[in-house]
Amino acid sequence: MLKAICEACGKRILAFCAASGRITMLLMQTLRRLKDADWHEVVRQMALLGADSLPIVLMTILCTGMVFSVQTAKEFVRLGASSTVGGIVAIAMARELVPVLVGVVVAGRIGAAIAAELGTMKVTEQIDALRVMAANPVSFLVVPRFIAMVLMMPLLVVFANLIGNIGGWVVAHYYAGIGTFTYTNSIKMLAEFYDVFGGMLKSAVFGGIIAIIGCYKGLNAPNGAEGVGLATTASVVLSIILIFIFNYFLSILIYV
Amino acid sequence: MAEKQPMIKIRQLKIVFGEKVVLNDLDLDVYAGETLAVIGPSGTGKSTVIKVLTGLLAPTSGSVVIDGQETSSYSEEEWDGLRSRMGVVFQYSALFDFLSVGENVAFGLRRHFKLTEEEIQGRVATLLDLVGMPNTQSLWPSELSGGMKKRVALSRALAMEPRLVLYDEPTSGLDPVMTMTISRLIRKTQQQLGLTSVLVTHDMASAYFAADRIAMLDKGKIVQIGTPDEIRQSKNPVVYAFVNGLERKEEAGDGSK
Repeated sequence: MLKAICEACGKRILAFCAASGRITMLLMQTLRRLKDADWHEVVRQMALLGADSLPIVLMTILCTGMVFSVQTAKEFVRLGASSTVGGIVAIAMARELVPVLVGVVVAGRIGAAIAAELGTMKVTEQIDALRVMAANPVSFLVVPRFIAMVLMMPLLVVFANLIGNIGGWVVAHYYAGIGTFTYTNSIKMLAEFYDVFGGMLKSAVFGGIIAIIGCYKGLNAPNGAEGVGLATTASVVLSIILIFIFNYFLSILIYV
Repeated sequence: MAEKQPMIKIRQLKIVFGEKVVLNDLDLDVYAGETLAVIGPSGTGKSTVIKVLTGLLAPTSGSVVIDGQETSSYSEEEWDGLRSRMGVVFQYSALFDFLSVGENVAFGLRRHFKLTEEEIQGRVATLLDLVGMPNTQSLWPSELSGGMKKRVALSRALAMEPRLVLYDEPTSGLDPVMTMTISRLIRKTQQQLGLTSVLVTHDMASAYFAADRIAMLDKGKIVQIGTPDEIRQSKNPVVYAFVNGLERKEEAGDGSK
């Protein structure tokens, strides 16, 4: 009984180590092959993965900005700290809420799409066909998606910050009665460009994570339609977990 | 044939997945300019032979010499050099579904040849003509039937003017008429272009029609190798059982010739 439990645990640990190693190797290969990038394909992926994600990202962050303001504005007014609401909302959004939430939303939308697309290509032998036509799948499929995600995530974050702060202001102004000048002045006084820049840096890393995990899961999808489904789910779950873990360490590195 | 130089020389090839031995000390020669059909029941490692010959699967042990080069310990980059002279038709065609028919055929040309757009379009048109699918460049793979996909896959495989073409079950899932159409195309391209071909199939009609020699694979080993007539009249019980098991299909194939 004990032996079976130990064996099962050991197998899990070995599988975890093997997968971590393979993901790291895929990342290294991608970085080594960045120079092979086909820029037409990169731009196509930027539109597909980045620009098309804008509506859902803006919707999510608008609601987040508004709800964050709902939760803080009245309390702060009651405590006589209404002049800090704008800054608090802006900093919290720029440093944590926007990069992490954009990461989670994009992982759900794009991580899944990448894993499903590459998984389908794998099970229909298209990846094999690429290899036998001397087109390296990493150069051809992973590199453009990786570059597109790393470049587009910070851009999405900029737009998200803008809309999030607008949402925060709308609620603070109309719900808690904070003046527009007080609100915007608070942002100017408390928040710095570095807050947004740090968030952009984090989101670039999250973009890389989403692309690499999506590609890894897709390229290693087990055969059959079920395999593609499993790869897609696993890609989203793993990307989100990694985003939260990396977010903690990146926050310490960037802001502490 | 014996005096000819083998284009592919496989010796003592062993492929093991976990505890399952798929290919067991396989010896096989494919001579330059011939079409060799590898036949055998499903699950005997036929497709594995193609995977090894294209470098998609590394041998567990043994030697695989292609065009004078020992490939068993080749890296992916070394394989790429060899693959640029190779064409492969996959079992399920494996057309890139994000590219149109024309772009599928042009894929290798764009990557490996320095040609003008006009030259590429000219070559694509010629290749699609060759397989009987003229003016289909703008169609998408999802709009094609199984047989049409196979034909596009064949013209894509021939695009880079390969010396060696590998076919993995090119007629599986096709009706007898389309089976013979594809078999005729394989024969025609081999004769016109002087290619060396390996045709993996379990379809005897296709093997008899398209191949110069047929090798019967069973339980990871070659049971018999010979001309289509020798295989047809084989007294080997395994070959006899397999060939006669498909007798009705063979008749259907002959009828459509």
